[in-house]
Amino acid sequence: MTLLAVENLTVTFPSRQGPQSVVRNVSFTLGRERLGIVGESGSGKSQTGRALLGLTPTSGLATADRMEFDGIDLRAASPAQWRKLRGARMSMVMQDPKFSLNPVMTIGRQLAEAARRVASGSADARDRAVAMLEAVQIRDPARVMAAYPHELSGGMGQRAMIAMMLITEPDLLIADEPTSALDVTVQIEVLRILDDLVTSRGMGLIFISHDLQLVSSFCDRVLVMYAGRVVEELRAADLAQAQHPYTRGLMGCLPRIDGDQRPLPTLQRDEAWAR
Amino acid sequence: MPLIDISDLHVRFGPVHAVRGVTLAVNEGEAFGIVGESGSGKSTVLRAICGLAPTSAGTIRIDGQTLTAPRSPAFYRRAQMVFQDPYASLHPRHTVDKVLSEPLAIHGFSDREARVERALNDVGLGQGFRFRYPHQLSGGQRQRVAVARALILEPTILLLDEPTSALDASIQAEVLNLLDRLRSERGLTYVLVSHDLAVVAHMCERLIVMQHGQTVEELTRAELQSHRAAKDYTRNLLAASEGFTRAAP
Repeated sequence: MTLLAVENLTVTFPSRQGPQSVVRNVSFTLGRERLGIVGESGSGKSQTGRALLGLTPTSGLATADRMEFDGIDLRAASPAQWRKLRGARMSMVMQDPKFSLNPVMTIGRQLAEAARRVASGSADARDRAVAMLEAVQIRDPARVMAAYPHELSGGMGQRAMIAMMLITEPDLLIADEPTSALDVTVQIEVLRILDDLVTSRGMGLIFISHDLQLVSSFCDRVLVMYAGRVVEELRAADLAQAQHPYTRGLMGCLPRIDGDQRPLPTLQRDEAWAR
Repeated sequence: MPLIDISDLHVRFGPVHAVRGVTLAVNEGEAFGIVGESGSGKSTVLRAICGLAPTSAGTIRIDGQTLTAPRSPAFYRRAQMVFQDPYASLHPRHTVDKVLSEPLAIHGFSDREARVERALNDVGLGQGFRFRYPHQLSGGQRQRVAVARALILEPTILLLDEPTSALDASIQAEVLNLLDRLRSERGLTYVLVSHDLAVVAHMCERLIVMQHGQTVEELTRAELQSHRAAKDYTRNLLAASEGFTRAAP
């Protein structure tokens, strides 16, 4: 079943050299699955994620031939419709909990605020918040509920953030580099939580990352972006058989623990990829 | 005799005991890695070597001589540091030329012109970059400038604090190759701090794994490559850096 369908999404920003398209003609469909979007900085992967939620900065312009979420045309959505969708049915986990949680509100209040959309009252909202913190494997939910974001470690903060985004049980979760600010071992734990929740709740997940290896081990399908375009779409399991020279180059230039290739192959960029 | 000899190093910042008794020895011409997660004290060890963090107990010897605090100018001619974030470590209002000339002026070198030119060529930037500002450079180019700045005094020891973790994978490969080439050309000694086991395995012959300010274990590259780690913590780290594995249902 298709949850999200996007055709020819283009995001344009004004610049001194005239309009610059940072996302160009991106098309894909998403079911209840894990889709990875991979690319280096400036490839347009984050702007793609933001455009899906109608969060393109006001200086930019997002256009598409088709952008449908569960039968709703997002291009024509009014601010009121967006408010009904965002948070409730589609939500986003940002990269760094330090900058995306409210620093002057306790985690509990922030979670309860999100839970109010679905809860019957404030006591119910609180109960749901505690239950959700338990679901993301925070062992001591009472302490975390009363804590301010600066009192939590990066991994804890990110879990709280994921809990907040999942409390409304959205159908679509966009995770923009959700684990890049975390240590590797914590990263794997957070991914395991996301994975469980996606499987048990049948969510669609868009996982945006620069880490090709991580994405291929976690997602079902991968879109590889370069200079605003999707240069290749493949099943995560087939990553080793990637065709596009950019994908292959990106894979090749990573040092490996058990490899001893020196010098490392570097990526030779081709002007034609960006066209 | 090892070139860098650290014994029982402790670093305290007020109540925080960041490094708790680290001992390591780095031989001349060797690349030595320090791996650990955030807060493990790995960067603090590096900063303690070059005098940016206070040594509260223990000794650091270079060539058998205990380092003085503050460090002498001669020390900085032998050892230089490259920092993690090239966006933060270069002065935004100094041109590349100024960044590179300043250490030369401080240490009273005379042939500055020629040295700046050579340093830029050595890191593969060329003269076209000499009068640019950091904001006119890409991340990889900035890190090359940072490496050039460190190398301009012709030190024998380079202290590298996560030199590629702010960079994209393709740029990381270029910077690692540059560091590798410079080491083999000049016989430099590296101490490289990273959270990325693959980077350390690629660059270093020996490494220590740190956790909570202490050394968990010391490994050689061959042991790391064949996953022969003795401690659980290191094994977890190795498993985690392989990527995500779905638990069998």
